Amino acid sequence: MYHCRNRLFAGVTAGVLAVMPLYAQTPDNMLVVAQNIDDIVTIDPASAYEFSSGEYVANTYDTLVRYDAMDTTVLAPALATDWQIDAENKTVTFTLRDDVTFHSGNPLRGEDVVGSWKRVVSLDKAPAFILTQLGWTPDNIEEMVTAEGNTVTVRYEGDFAPSFVLNVLAARPASVVDMEIVMANEVDGDLGHAWINRNSAGTGPFSLGSYRPADILTLDANPDYYQGGPAMDRVVIQHNPEGATQRLQLEAGDIDIAKNLDPGQVAGLEGIDGVRVETYPQAAVHWVSFNQKTESLTDPAVWEAARYLVDYEGMADGMLKGQMKVHQAFWPDGFPGALTDTPFGFDPEKAKQILADAGVETPINVTMDVISAPTFVEMAQALQASFAQGGINLEIVPGTGAQVITKYRARTHEAMMLYWGPDFMDPHSNAKAFAFNADNSDDKYASTTTWRNAWMPPAELNEKTMAALAEQDADTRLEMYLELQRATQAEAPFVIMFQAIKQVAMRNNVQGFVNGATSDYVFYRLVEKE
Amino acid sequence: MALAEDSGKGRVRASLPPWIKTTILTIGSIAMTMLGLLFVTFIIGRVMPIDPVLAIVGERASQSTYDAVFLELGLDKPLIVQFGYYIWDVLHLDFGTSLLNARPVSEDIARVFPATLELATLGIIIGIVIGVPLGVVAAARKGSWIDQVARVLALVGYSMPIFWLGLMGLLIFYGILGWVGGPGRVGIFYVDVVPSVTGLILVDAALDGNWDVFKNAFSHIILPASLLGYFSLAYISRMTRSFMLEQLSAEYITTARVKGMSEWDVIWKHAFKNTRVQLITVIALSYANLLEGSVLTEIIFSWPGIGSYITTALLSADMNAVLGGTVVVGLIFILLNILSDLLYRVFDPRAK
Repeated sequence: MYHCRNRLFAGVTAGVLAVMPLYAQTPDNMLVVAQNIDDIVTIDPASAYEFSSGEYVANTYDTLVRYDAMDTTVLAPALATDWQIDAENKTVTFTLRDDVTFHSGNPLRGEDVVGSWKRVVSLDKAPAFILTQLGWTPDNIEEMVTAEGNTVTVRYEGDFAPSFVLNVLAARPASVVDMEIVMANEVDGDLGHAWINRNSAGTGPFSLGSYRPADILTLDANPDYYQGGPAMDRVVIQHNPEGATQRLQLEAGDIDIAKNLDPGQVAGLEGIDGVRVETYPQAAVHWVSFNQKTESLTDPAVWEAARYLVDYEGMADGMLKGQMKVHQAFWPDGFPGALTDTPFGFDPEKAKQILADAGVETPINVTMDVISAPTFVEMAQALQASFAQGGINLEIVPGTGAQVITKYRARTHEAMMLYWGPDFMDPHSNAKAFAFNADNSDDKYASTTTWRNAWMPPAELNEKTMAALAEQDADTRLEMYLELQRATQAEAPFVIMFQAIKQVAMRNNVQGFVNGATSDYVFYRLVEKE
Repeated sequence: MALAEDSGKGRVRASLPPWIKTTILTIGSIAMTMLGLLFVTFIIGRVMPIDPVLAIVGERASQSTYDAVFLELGLDKPLIVQFGYYIWDVLHLDFGTSLLNARPVSEDIARVFPATLELATLGIIIGIVIGVPLGVVAAARKGSWIDQVARVLALVGYSMPIFWLGLMGLLIFYGILGWVGGPGRVGIFYVDVVPSVTGLILVDAALDGNWDVFKNAFSHIILPASLLGYFSLAYISRMTRSFMLEQLSAEYITTARVKGMSEWDVIWKHAFKNTRVQLITVIALSYANLLEGSVLTEIIFSWPGIGSYITTALLSADMNAVLGGTVVVGLIFILLNILSDLLYRVFDPRAK
């Protein structure tokens, strides 16, 4: 019996020792990232419209011009070496690089550019509207965009500032795909959509290694990338929705980057050897809006009072520390044309006075929809407490993201706490959302903050928005957007409160990771391990 | 087929053998259960305040894009027609395409179900191997320290949030001691190393003879499986103890003891033998619960199983995925019920 017990103990010990040395540092030529990637619906650049798929497209595809990894705030040549805008400002002529090949080895052709954009417009998936703003339709696209040799001529309908057009062509759906291989894999007229959802067909610094939804996504280096092959041979993005376990993995050295840590988990990394946290300002702005279909929220005095009922500094320095900063205009700080004034502070007495002067009866009881995620619910609770001090009682209605946007789209909410990130890096993307509404009718759906809150801006604001869109002079145009932001600060039923900040934790030996203002500017190309 | 004469009216009619009747009844019962289950799930999905179109196209798509997807999903048709189309497709083994990843639901289920099956099977094995003996011993030594330990273990198992326990387990055994692998089914260096034959990584690695992968996969599964096993053993041991106490107080046990039978034989050959039928039900239910997928365990351990798949799908109104998952979970319950019935007949002579 004694021997038997000894043997059992020895066996268990050997078993434990056998599994002990399970992990080590990740290899020097491989970057391992833990990230929640279950938001990905598709990885076809013609339909990819989520955060994680945006990052994927940014690393596997290119556009003619882009905000590059070297400097994500400057629009730079990419697949095009240069471009000319005609005197009437209706045509842009691009010259393509002649040293670019797709992952398949096929050379880049002008036909690929035309075909890629035609594909986006024809498929008419979620991001197609970005390109169709230029007046493109499946029927006219081949006349509007033509290729000859290494020249691509782009025509558009409408009065647009040149910078707007270039920003549209730098957006995700303008990515150029290898049309030869995509069309060779077309099934039932799907323009290769099913195939490209499992394969990459770009010119980017990485190609798709493997992808299993909500499990893993791997990127393999493209050594022939025209700006030089990446230092990492492979990037592995492991799905992990839980920040606490991401932190454990990072500390253990099993991953190089953890992307979904909350402020508490980030704070817990302080003083941990071999790990650091980088902070990246994001383009998303967070706000509260008031649906104008709710009678009690239609008085502009309520909007104005609400601006003094947010404890901006208290929230930013407290629960949102490291995640958001105070920002009170629709275009985010750090981008040309951003209004950085913060004229509003927490002042419940002033808010009460504004309501009293306007003859608004208090308390005002109103429901506020909010996405049921940890930070958002905490923000809503803080707003509930501070608004109550001014006589506005918020009843929080939490819901899943899908529930909240369903209600928002139907305009059946009362107040709403949400965020907005630009579709492409041009101030018009946000000006259109916050300062413009062509038609407020129920059957004229528009995916803008204005329409969805049933708010019809004054005609002057609508006109100024369209004038800024068409303004040819860059400096004047930026000035116009500053004016639009001041106007919405004063006149709109929105309380813009914060700008998002992204915190990414990584091992100390990881250098060169680029995380721009949106998911379209997350780049692994320059990552090196020291 | 036997022919029986209806003596009253002189007609002759076919009388099916009992096993055929039973089979037909069973299949009919399965079909009706599945139909009911799918119908209820389908209706729940349609009355939820979530627009499935928005789940696909996002909040900023144009009206034309929205309309195109609305029609593509057949949402313009009456509910009953939509359900009819769905059932027709299911009968052709087509579960449709997931709205959330644009892939066939059957492919998704073939990917996520083996992950849950592997985890649940190891979990229930741990639950049985530890839970049953613990329950038997606790009953045989009622009031002793081992009984107290068993009761505390069961109580903790019932009351401790699995989320917290999972994180603590990871912190201690992975983060501090480094005894087990971290989140995920296998370490990053072993991903896709062995060909997927069954989808069960331990089995596939063994079939491939790649013991490095096997060892790594085992190090990743052992902690979540132990966690699930612990929650199962809490239930199994408590129920085993209860069944055993009932048996041990019976007169035939006193008779056996008076006749001088050893305590070992009294407990294992007589009392325990008579608890087997009840235990089968308990174990089958526990296993079925684990096979549904433990959502929180799957989230903590980044385990790509069917629980988190169905939950994510439900929250986004991805009804093809929800219904596909429901079919699988429903079938599991039904099959485990049938298996329990068969085992009753093996272990209980009266059921024959």
